[in-house]
Amino acid sequence: MATATEQERGAATHPDIRSYGEVNEDVLLMLNRPGKWWWVLLGMSIAGIGLLAFSWGNQIINGIGLSGLNTPVGWGAYITTFVFWVGIAHSGTLISAILFLFRARWRQSIYRAAEAMTVFAVMTAGLYPLIHLGRVWHAYWLFPYPNQRLLWPNFSSPLVWDVFAVTTYFTVSSLFFVMGLIPDIAAARDQAPKGTLRQKLYKLTSFGWRGTDRQWHHFGKAYLYLAALATPLVLSVHSVVSWDFAMSIVPGWHATIFAPYFVAGAIFSGVAMVITILVPIRKVFGLEKYLTTKHFDAMAKLCLVTGIIVFYAYLTEFFMAWYSGEDPERRVFWNRAFGHYWWATWIMLTCNGILPILLWFKRVRYSIPALFVISLFINIGMWFERFVIIVTSLSHEFIPFAWNVYRPSLTEMGIVIGTFGWFFFWMLLFIRLLPPVAIAEIKEVLPPPMRPKKKEVAQ
Amino acid sequence: MSNAAKAAGESRKGLLASYDYLDATVDTIKKLREQGFEEITAFAPFPEHHIEHALGYTSSPVRLFTLVGGLTGAATGFAFTVFTSMDWPIVTGGKPIVAIPAYVIPAFEMTILFGALATVIGVFWHMRVPSLKGDVVYDPEFSSGRFGVYVTAPPNQMDVVRGILEEAGPSRMEDDPQGRSHG
Repeated sequence: MATATEQERGAATHPDIRSYGEVNEDVLLMLNRPGKWWWVLLGMSIAGIGLLAFSWGNQIINGIGLSGLNTPVGWGAYITTFVFWVGIAHSGTLISAILFLFRARWRQSIYRAAEAMTVFAVMTAGLYPLIHLGRVWHAYWLFPYPNQRLLWPNFSSPLVWDVFAVTTYFTVSSLFFVMGLIPDIAAARDQAPKGTLRQKLYKLTSFGWRGTDRQWHHFGKAYLYLAALATPLVLSVHSVVSWDFAMSIVPGWHATIFAPYFVAGAIFSGVAMVITILVPIRKVFGLEKYLTTKHFDAMAKLCLVTGIIVFYAYLTEFFMAWYSGEDPERRVFWNRAFGHYWWATWIMLTCNGILPILLWFKRVRYSIPALFVISLFINIGMWFERFVIIVTSLSHEFIPFAWNVYRPSLTEMGIVIGTFGWFFFWMLLFIRLLPPVAIAEIKEVLPPPMRPKKKEVAQ
Repeated sequence: MSNAAKAAGESRKGLLASYDYLDATVDTIKKLREQGFEEITAFAPFPEHHIEHALGYTSSPVRLFTLVGGLTGAATGFAFTVFTSMDWPIVTGGKPIVAIPAYVIPAFEMTILFGALATVIGVFWHMRVPSLKGDVVYDPEFSSGRFGVYVTAPPNQMDVVRGILEEAGPSRMEDDPQGRSHG
């Protein structure tokens, strides 16, 4: 029944896992004792949330004037960080949906953590439009609802598209995440000591899953349909985010290259963030069996490919600015490279364009510490990319009289740093409470247990 | 299946066997079906297509939910954006009030949103979860490394069923005198 190649499946990706039961033991062990470092990191994250609450609260009470935003730079650190986090989210859906459709077997080990990262990154990104609104109590105006002023949002506006794209993205990625978790929560339920609160909670959230043929059959099919829906969605979300810029006539923004350029950048930064998160998890929980160097090699290759696209887009932007012959366009790009914000541009070019060249070397791709360091630089570089796009263009528009310099205020810095605490707070809770490696899906790529040959029963 | 049998007044008994090996499970299911036993529930720790093939699954009706949900979303998206712009026209530079190219984007997002929501509703419906029925057969090993086969049949045929189940060398057998629901 099972062919020789099937017997060997998994041997290529997870050679050290011996049985299905071992997967449950190893993964569920992560939920038992968090250890000292977990508490330290949780404390730091809560401190970050405190900083966020203080800075934002202060801004709500005293007004948006506490930020450095002013004419002509109306979009600054907030929108930069919004785009940054939406971008981070993208690799999770890429790994869970697009690589699923492409039957990339290596995704099984990393997809759960990547998907959790997606959900929490969108939750973080979603804070920024609210923070940026200033009068946050009017946030519901963004949604179309019948009101006594008989007003509706303008559906020709990219900002309204964005509301639809990001809320849809959050809903769909959460559904995808929760769906995939059900069988694994059932595994946690079966292992937890009877009668404990933990067991009762897992029992409730596993929805009575038993792993019957009927359940797996519909589950597998529904997963495929959700992946087929999530794939165009993820490509659309960052395209819509890019159109927030590209639909305007600001020099440096008004370019058709923006949608693919942003999507590639999003996946580039997101995969880097997955590496950043998985390296410590692998180390702390001893998951070397599950996250092998081959997985990191595959992620590094993904970074390399998207990094090349991003770097190519940078060069195209500069070339097109010169080739267009448009004076404002040329001046914006000259100003980017050699003007007031030259350092931000060169951080961007170094971290996203030059440093990833190292990933061409197999030795670098197989070195976990090297990948970790490179991924951190890519994260930094990708934040600066958005900063460069947004701030340098706005500060240097058409009329020289209106040019001005923007500098993030302390409130903005507090909020940006604080939201990292918010993101990692959810990540840490996730690692502690839900199986961070997909138990059931790993088994799909392991060799199935077969009866010893000599006991073959004659029909 | 046994629910229908119960409604017809036929009595049923059940038998649950756990197996360590995938091929043992698949062979057992095939033999049971050859002998005409169709009231089978198989358990597995992960989606195993050999078991699905042995049970004769083809397509899932969940795809209809996805399709109808997606189409509803597309229709809603276009209808809503067109209605709102006609309800409060924003006349800008003589451009058309109903700007279909721009509305493709909200309509697309709503296609995905409705499609995904309908898929999840459909799959929960067909998986019969959430299920809070306590009275079902189960072995906690099914979420770890074991496969299972649960069969219900009329009491006078239970010996045949037991014979088939034992042939493949189960690691555990459990009698179910009530012939409970397949869930």
